[in-house]
Parts: sequence; C-alpha cells; structure tokens
Amino acid sequence: MDTELILRVYPFFIEAAWVTIQLSVLTAALGLACGALGAAARLSRLAIFRWIAATYVSVIRGTPALIQVFILYFGGPQVGIQLDSFAAGTIALGVNIGAYMTETIRGAIVSVDKGQTEAARTLGMSRWQTMRKVVLPQAARLMIRPLGVNINALIKGTALVAPISVVELTYTAQRFIGSTYKPFEMFLLSGLLYMVIIYVVGQGIHWLDRRARIT
Amino acid sequence: MSDQAFVTIKNAAKSYGTLEVLKDINLTVQRGQIVAIIGPSGSGKSTLLRAINELDPLTSGEVWLEDVQINKKLPHRQYEAHVNQVRQDIGMVFQHFNLFPHLTVRGNITLAPRMLKGLSEADANKLAEEQLAKVGLSEKIDEYPSRLSGGQKQRVAIARALAMKPKVMLFDEATSALDPELVEEVNLVMKQLAEEHMTMIIVTHEMDFAASVCDRVLFMDQGVVVEEGPPSVIFQNPENERTRNFLRKHLSR
Ligand SMILES: Nc1ncnc2c1ncn2[C@@H]1O[C@H](COP(=O)(O)OP(=O)(O)OP(=O)(O)O)[C@@H](O)[C@H]1O
Ligand SMILES: [Mg+2]
Repeated sequence: MDTELILRVYPFFIEAAWVTIQLSVLTAALGLACGALGAAARLSRLAIFRWIAATYVSVIRGTPALIQVFILYFGGPQVGIQLDSFAAGTIALGVNIGAYMTETIRGAIVSVDKGQTEAARTLGMSRWQTMRKVVLPQAARLMIRPLGVNINALIKGTALVAPISVVELTYTAQRFIGSTYKPFEMFLLSGLLYMVIIYVVGQGIHWLDRRARIT
Repeated sequence: MSDQAFVTIKNAAKSYGTLEVLKDINLTVQRGQIVAIIGPSGSGKSTLLRAINELDPLTSGEVWLEDVQINKKLPHRQYEAHVNQVRQDIGMVFQHFNLFPHLTVRGNITLAPRMLKGLSEADANKLAEEQLAKVGLSEKIDEYPSRLSGGQKQRVAIARALAMKPKVMLFDEATSALDPELVEEVNLVMKQLAEEHMTMIIVTHEMDFAASVCDRVLFMDQGVVVEEGPPSVIFQNPENERTRNFLRKHLSR
C-alpha cells in the first residue's frame, strides 16, 4: 500500500466527498418532495392521480437508475433539455429515489391503525384534518427508519453519476487510477469516505428515530 | 318532547357483495332512551351501529337524528361537509378505545373541539378538565395514553366523545377488550351518563349490564331484529326460540 500517494491525493478526495455530500442532500430533498407528492397521489380519491403515481413508481423501479441518469443527461438535449452533469445527475437520482420514497411514505401512512381514522372522523373531523392531525404525525414516526434505508441507498447511488463526469468520489478515484495505476489505494480511499458519510447520516437517523419514540 | 323520535332507522339494509348483513331494520330511539343491542357474533350489531354515523353507510334505508337525515345522498363535497357536521352530534366509543397515542389525554380531548368548534386554548382546557373530572381521571390530564390502563383509556375515550357535547352516544362493546376487573369502572361511567339522561345505543355482550341500565333491548340475529322489548321481558320471558337459545348460552355464565 502506497501511503505516501494517499497522503498526496487525499485533498482531492475530500473535495470530491464534498460534492458527494451536496449531491446526496439535494437528491434526498428532491426525493422527499417526489415521495410526498407520489404518496399523496397514490392515496388520492381520484383514480387518475393514483394511476399516474403507480406508473411513476413502476417505471422508475422497473429500470436501472444508471439508464435514467443517461436518458436525462445524454438523451435530454435531443428533446431540448440541456443540463450540466451535476444538475442532470441530481434530478435523475432524486426522481429515482422519490419512487422508492413514495412507497415508503405510503406504507407508513396505511400502516397507521384504521381505528385512528375512524375515531377522528367520528368526532366530525374532515378527511384532511384527520390526515394532518392524527394520521401523519403517527406515520411520520413510522417512516423515519425506512426513509433512512432509502437515504442510505441514495448516498451509495450517487456513484452512478461518475460515468457522466460529475467529479464526486467514484469519478475522482477513477481519474487518479488513470494517472497512478493504483486502483486498490484509490478505491479504498473513496470507499472509506463513503463509509464516513453513511455512518454520520445513519447516526443522525438513529437519533431522530429515538427522539420520535420518546413520547 | 320526551317521547319524540330522536334517532330513527327506517328500512335499513346493508350488503357486502352478496352477503346481506342487515335486512330491513327499523328502530326508533327516543330522547334520553337507552337501548341495548345484543346478539351472536356476526349478527350485524356493529354494522348497524356504524351505519348510524355513516362509518359504514347503508345500502338502502334511512337514518335520522331528530329532523336531519344523516345518510342523505349528496354530491361528494356537500356529503362530506354534511357528514362532518352531523357526526359532531353523535359520540362513538370503540372496543379498542382508539385514543390518539401521539397526544396527551388533554390533547385527545381538546383536538376536535378546538378544531371544529373554534374553542380557545383556555376554554378547551376547561372543557377537558370538566370531562375528565366526570370520568374520574382529573390527575391523568397530562399523561400519554400508553401510560393508562385499559379501563382508564376507555374512560378517556368517553370523555373525548362527550367533549363534543353529542346528542347521542354509541357504544360498540366498550368493555369487551378489558380485563374483567376493569369492566366495572367503565360501566359506572356509562351508568352515570344514563342518570343524566344521555341518549345511548349500546352494543354489548354483558347481559347484566344491559338489564340494569337499558330501557329497551334489541336481540339481533343474521341481520334482523328478532325480538325487542324492555329488559324484563327479553331477559326473563323472551318469546322467540332464537332469543331463548342465545340467552341460555349467555346468562348461564
Ligand atoms: N367490510 C366488510 N366486508 C365484508 N363483510 C363484512 C364487513 N364488515 C362486516 N362484515 C360481515 O358482516 C357481518 C356482520 O358483522 P358485524 O361486525 O356487524 O357483526 P357483530 O354483530 O358486530 O359481531 P361481533 O359480536 O363479533 O362484533 C359479519 O358476517 C361480517 O363478516
Ligand atoms: Mg361487533
């Protein structure tokens, strides 16, 4: 193992890790927005919304995320969508994880005991009041852990934008391998940095989950 | 006024697919009257009770509270608004309490009055204190439901329903999920409501309780009201063979 090389290149990897973090945060935010909208649509009274959301989920989950990234970045310009690689990567990955989050959020909402809704409706509360004051607060607690699983997958999934030249951890490792011929050290370094990010985020989610359970 | 029809059910029928759960049921409950519904499992007791507040709407027939038809056919938006309005007048207590676990006892009781009646925080708190005092749980006002016994949960659920100042209370086996030693405290609260002349419809498996607090008993079987009358007649001198069979099993315990 070439430690001297590692010491020489690691600042570039720290910079790349920062890009990975930015990608992850933006992707998670977009994913949560898509997930919330998707879940609302899947639970809508109107069949057309349910159908749109179900199609979204099955198309996204039925195709590789890498293809989705390629379609947006390489295929986009053909239909007039010009995005730089970072934007294309973020949007493709955000829409992708949003489909999984749609299912997570919907699952949490439907797993709240039906008796809760009945009790609230019986008091005279409307569907929306019941959702907002009774069901969602309980579902929110239930969805922290599974959303954590989605976010874990999303962070690792950011590696999929390396092929479109976003200078994040995986791309940076590949680039230095080209000049140093030391794949073991380079991938080890980026792997370690992924682990640190995932560990910190995991702890954060664990903390949130524990806090939500106290009452 | 006192012998006026309060809750009226006319020709009520309900099917799930080809399964007829309620068949042409008629029932009139007067203001202040307490009606027990008894019958074997699956006879349609819960379905009938839940039809009264549109939780399980009827397939055909009518439900009225005073001069308001509860199950009016209306366009969706108007129907929702109408149902939300009439449900405020109909309290319901469930077998499994269905307290809101993320809210304290106070939060459980004040949520609907604050949201639906626009009560101020101070007024809502006063209301919660009053209702809790009534069910004997004043000291639990800031507890979460998970810290209460089953009997206490059910008493809070009753207080929550009463806080909406309903005109009628529906009980669906309010004590069936309780340990035997906790049944009495809930029965006492219901008896107290009876003394205050609350109109009540009570689905129960407890024949002694039905006999001691109810004015009328309905025996249901397979979706029909087989027999009804004052408890003295139904429990001591039932006419119908099916009623006698049912009571033999349930009174011999
Ligand atoms: N959502 C539903 N779909 C299909 N069948 C149903 C549904 N709800 C109730 N039933 C059926 O309707 C019949 C009456 O049910 P209901 O719950 O009213 O009986 P019950 O008298 O309250 O019984 P129990 O004493 O066990 O509570 C049963 O045969 C039941 O299986
Ligand atoms: Mg029942």
